[in-house]
Amino acid sequence: MDNDKIDKIIDKYPSDPSSLIQVLLEIQSENRWLPKEALKRVSEKLNVPLNRIQHIITFYKAFSVVPKGRHEIHVCTGTACHVRGAPRLLDTIQDLTGLKPGETDEDLRFSLETVNCVGCCALGPVIVVDGEYHGKMAPAKSEDVLKNYE
Amino acid sequence: MSEILLQIDGREVKADEGMTVLEAARSAGIHIPTLCHHDKLAPYGACRICVVEVNARGRKTLAAACVYPVEPNLAVRTRSEKVDKTRKMILELLLAHAPDAPALQELALEYGADKHRFEKESSFCVLCGLCVRYCTEVKKKNAIGFFDRGARREIHFIPEIAAKECWNCKECFPLCPTSYLQAAYHLTEALAFPRPSSKPASGE
Amino acid sequence: MPRINSASELEAFRKDILSKRDPKKPCISVCTGTGCLALGAAKVVAALKEEINKQGLENKVGVVDVKETGCPGFCERGPIIVIHPEEICYLQVQPGDAEEIVSQTILAKKVIDRLLYAVPGVDEKITRESEIPFYKNQMRNLIGNNIKIDPKKLDDYLAVGGYSALVKALFQNTPEQVVELVKHSNLRGRGGAGFPAGRKWEFARNNPDEPKYVIVNADEGDPGAFMDRALLEGNPFSVLEGLTIGAYAIGSHEGYFYVRQEYPLAVENITLAIKQAEEYGFLGKNILGSGFDFHVKVHRGAGAFVCGEETSLLASLEGKAGEPRSRPPYPAVKGLRGKPTNINNVETWANIPLIINKGADYLASIGTGGSKGTKIFSLVGKVNNTGLVEVPMGITLRDIIYKVGGGVSGGKKFKAVQTGGPSGGCIPEEHLDIKVDFDELAKVGAIMGSGGMIVMDEDTCMVDVARYFLNFLSGESCGKCTPCREGIRQMLKILTNISEGKGKEGDIELLEDLAEATRDASLCALGGSAPNPVRSTIRYFRDEYEAHIRDKRCPAFVCKNLISYHIDPAKCQACMICLRKCPAEAITGGKKQIHVIDQEKCTKCGTCFEVCPPRFHAVKRLSGEPVPPPIPEEARILARESKQT
Repeated sequence: MDNDKIDKIIDKYPSDPSSLIQVLLEIQSENRWLPKEALKRVSEKLNVPLNRIQHIITFYKAFSVVPKGRHEIHVCTGTACHVRGAPRLLDTIQDLTGLKPGETDEDLRFSLETVNCVGCCALGPVIVVDGEYHGKMAPAKSEDVLKNYE
Repeated sequence: MSEILLQIDGREVKADEGMTVLEAARSAGIHIPTLCHHDKLAPYGACRICVVEVNARGRKTLAAACVYPVEPNLAVRTRSEKVDKTRKMILELLLAHAPDAPALQELALEYGADKHRFEKESSFCVLCGLCVRYCTEVKKKNAIGFFDRGARREIHFIPEIAAKECWNCKECFPLCPTSYLQAAYHLTEALAFPRPSSKPASGE
Repeated sequence: MPRINSASELEAFRKDILSKRDPKKPCISVCTGTGCLALGAAKVVAALKEEINKQGLENKVGVVDVKETGCPGFCERGPIIVIHPEEICYLQVQPGDAEEIVSQTILAKKVIDRLLYAVPGVDEKITRESEIPFYKNQMRNLIGNNIKIDPKKLDDYLAVGGYSALVKALFQNTPEQVVELVKHSNLRGRGGAGFPAGRKWEFARNNPDEPKYVIVNADEGDPGAFMDRALLEGNPFSVLEGLTIGAYAIGSHEGYFYVRQEYPLAVENITLAIKQAEEYGFLGKNILGSGFDFHVKVHRGAGAFVCGEETSLLASLEGKAGEPRSRPPYPAVKGLRGKPTNINNVETWANIPLIINKGADYLASIGTGGSKGTKIFSLVGKVNNTGLVEVPMGITLRDIIYKVGGGVSGGKKFKAVQTGGPSGGCIPEEHLDIKVDFDELAKVGAIMGSGGMIVMDEDTCMVDVARYFLNFLSGESCGKCTPCREGIRQMLKILTNISEGKGKEGDIELLEDLAEATRDASLCALGGSAPNPVRSTIRYFRDEYEAHIRDKRCPAFVCKNLISYHIDPAKCQACMICLRKCPAEAITGGKKQIHVIDQEKCTKCGTCFEVCPPRFHAVKRLSGEPVPPPIPEEARILARESKQT
C-alpha cells in the first residue's frame, strides 16, 4: 500500500497518538492487512513508537499482520451459538477448508476466524462470510454455503 | 500538597497527597514485598505481590499497594490470612513459569509457596514488564515491547531498533527477575540481526 | 434540513411533521435490524416496494408507505412486519408474500392468517402486535419505539416526541437539577455493575477540573447479548439525546460513542444520526439556541472484549492497548486524558429522555426497592421465543422464560439460565422464582450483567459451560496482571482436563482456591468476575463435576472424550440413513445388515444420533461405561419380512 494512500487516511484524523487505532482500522479495511511499511509510516506521522504499534496490532483482533483471503469466514462462537452447536459447525468448516481459526489458505481464498457474538443470537449458529450473515447453520449446510465463494 | 493521615498495620502514618500506599509504608519503614515495582519507573500494578488489605469507606478489599493512592483514614493491613494466602497463590502461579528464579525464592520460602503446585509452563517470563517500561520510560528507545494479550502475552525485541541500540546498552538486563530477557535478546540477535564480525564474540 | 434555533421552533417543526403524516394511512414497517437482515428482510422490503410499484400505488398519495425500522425484539420469528395503523403483525415474512400483503391486507383490508402469530397448542391466531404474548408480557418503554422509527430519519424520532426531553432539560432545569432528577429516579447503570447513575454524574459534575467528557460504552462484548446493538441500530437518536442531556448536566462539551467494530450497522446508524442532529442544531454549537455547545464523535473498537471495562475503554480511546487502570482514581476524577469523565452504557443513556419526560417518580414506580425501571434482556439459547425482551425489574425468571419466552425449546427439560455473560453465573431451577433485580441475582451467585440471559437444557453440560467461559476469557484478558492471566490459565487447564476425562480428586478444591485469588487480587473486573461461572456451576452442579472426575462420565453427553455412540443391534433396522450421513464414514453395514460404528473412526459429531428415525431409536449415547463390542458379522444379517404383493 503506497504512502500516499496511507497519508490520506492519516490526514482524516487528528494527528496525534489517539487516532492510532482508527487509522489502523481503516488501513486494515482497505488493504486487508497491515504490512510493516504501513506501520512504519504511521509510526512516523503520528509520532508513536513502533513497539506500541506492534502491541496494538497484536492485541486487537481486528488487525491482521498477514494477508487475508478473498473471503473471510467468521464463525460465531458466542454463548447462544455455542449451546446451539457452534463447536460442531466450526469443526466441519475447519475440515472443509483445512484451516484453523486465524489461518488463511494458500490460494488466499478463505480466511477463517471465530468471532465472539455478532448479535444475531436468534439465528444461531451463525456464520458471516464477507459481511453476509448465514443463520440457522447446520454442519451439513456448510459445504453448500461455502461453495458460493470463489 | 496537603498531609494525609492513614493507618498501616495499626500504626498512624503521615503521608503526602498523591503518594501511594507503598510509598507511605516505606516512608514509615514498613515492608511490603514487590516484584514489578522500580523506583525509576511509573508504578505498574501488574504482579500483585504487593496486595494489601485496605478498608476504605467501610469496604474491605485487596489492593495493590504500589498504585493505590493514600486517602484520609485509610486502614491498611500489610499481612493477614487473606493477604498471605493470596501472595502464596500468586507466587505459585509465577513459579510455574520460573521455578528457579532467584527473585522468587526468598518470597516463596516466606509464604510457603510450592513451586510444584502447578505444572511447569513453557515460558519462563513472568511478564513483570520491567524491561519494556525501562526502555520506554528511562532510555526512551522503545526497543522492546509487549505483544498479544491474555495467556499469549509476550515480550519481544523490535529487531531494527534493538540492532542499533541494545549492544551498547543492556541496562535492562539486571532488572529481569528470571533471566528470560537475556535469553530473548540473544535469540533475537541470532535470528534477526546477526552481529557483525568486528564486535567481540563473547559476553560483555 | 432547517436549523432549529429554539424550543418553540422545534415544537412548530414537530407539529409540521405530524400534520404531514396521516395516522390513518397504512404504513408497512419492516424490521431491518441485523438479525432480520440476515433472514432476508432487505429482499422483503424490495419485494414490497416492487409490488406497490407494480400495482401503480407508488404515486397515489395516501395509499401506503414502507418503512425500514429497527429491531422490535421478536428475533426468533423474523423477518417481521407491523402494519400501522391496525398494528397487524406478520411473522416470518418472505419476499413471495409481498403480493398478497399489498393486495389483501393493504387494499382489501383482509388479514393473512398464515402470517399471524399462532398460539401454541390451540387453534388461535393473534393479529395485533401488542396482544402477542411475547410482547404483551413485556414493558417496552425503551425498545417499543423501534418498530415506529426509521433509524436513518431523525424526523421519525421527532414524530414520536423525540428531543422534547432535551428541551425540558436545557430550558426548564439547571444542570444540577438534571443531576438531581437522575439521582431521584434511582437509575442504576445498565452495563453490568449497576452503579447508581445519578451519583456517578454527581462526582463528575462536582469536579472542578476541565474539560469534562461523556462517553457511551457501546462495546457490548458479552457473547449472547445484543440489546445495545438493537438500541443503537434501531433508535440511535434516543441514546444521543440522553448523552446530550448528560453532557449538559455534567458540564461536558465533548462526547464519544465507543462502538465495537463487530457492529457495522450500529456504527453506520449512529454516525448518520449525529450528522442529522448536527444539521438540525441538536448537536454542535449553541444547541437549540440555549448557549450550550456539545460535539460528539464515533470511535470504533478493534476487537477486544476487555475494552468494555471503562478504564480499558479509555485506554483504547487514547490509542493504546486496552489495558485497564487501577481505581481509585475513578474516571469521574481522572478519566480520558486525565480529566473528569462519565462513562455509561447505551441502555443507561437511553433511559435518560424517559426520566426527564415522565419524571423521576415514574421510573421509581417501576421495579423493586433496589432496582428501578425496566431492563432489556437478550433471551437466547434453548428457548422458544428467542429475542430481546424488555421487562420491569422484579419480574421472576420463570415469567421471563416461560411467559415471555414461551418455555424451553424442543420440549426439553430446563436445566439452568445463565445471566451476566462471562462475569455471571448459572441459576438452576430451584431459583426460578426469584425476582430479577441486581441484588437478588447477586445473592444466588449470578449478576445482572448487561442483560444476556441464556437458557440451558438437559443437553447442556455445566462443566463444559464453565470451560467455555474460561476459554473465552483466557483469550480476552489483557494479560497484564498475574491473578487474571495465570489464574484463568490454570483454571482452564483443570477444566479442560476434567472435560477430557483427566480430572482428579482435589481438582474442585484447587479450582476454588484459584477462584478466590483471581477474584480478590485481579486488577480489574474481568479478572475479578472471571471465576463466577466456575463458582456458580460448582455450587449448583457439583454432581456433574464429580461424575466427570470420578466416573469419567458426562451426564449431558457433551464432552467428546467421555461419550461414545453405539447402535443397538436389537433395534437397528438397517435403514442406511446414518451410514450415508456419517461424515467420518465410520459406519459399516448394508441394506439388510445391521449397522456398526467403528469407534476408532467415530468423531462423536452426533449425526447418527440425530438422524436415526424416532421409531427405531437405535443409536444410543454412552458415557462412563464401556461400549459393547460389535456383534459378530454373521449375527448382523437382518431377517425382514418382505412385502408380498
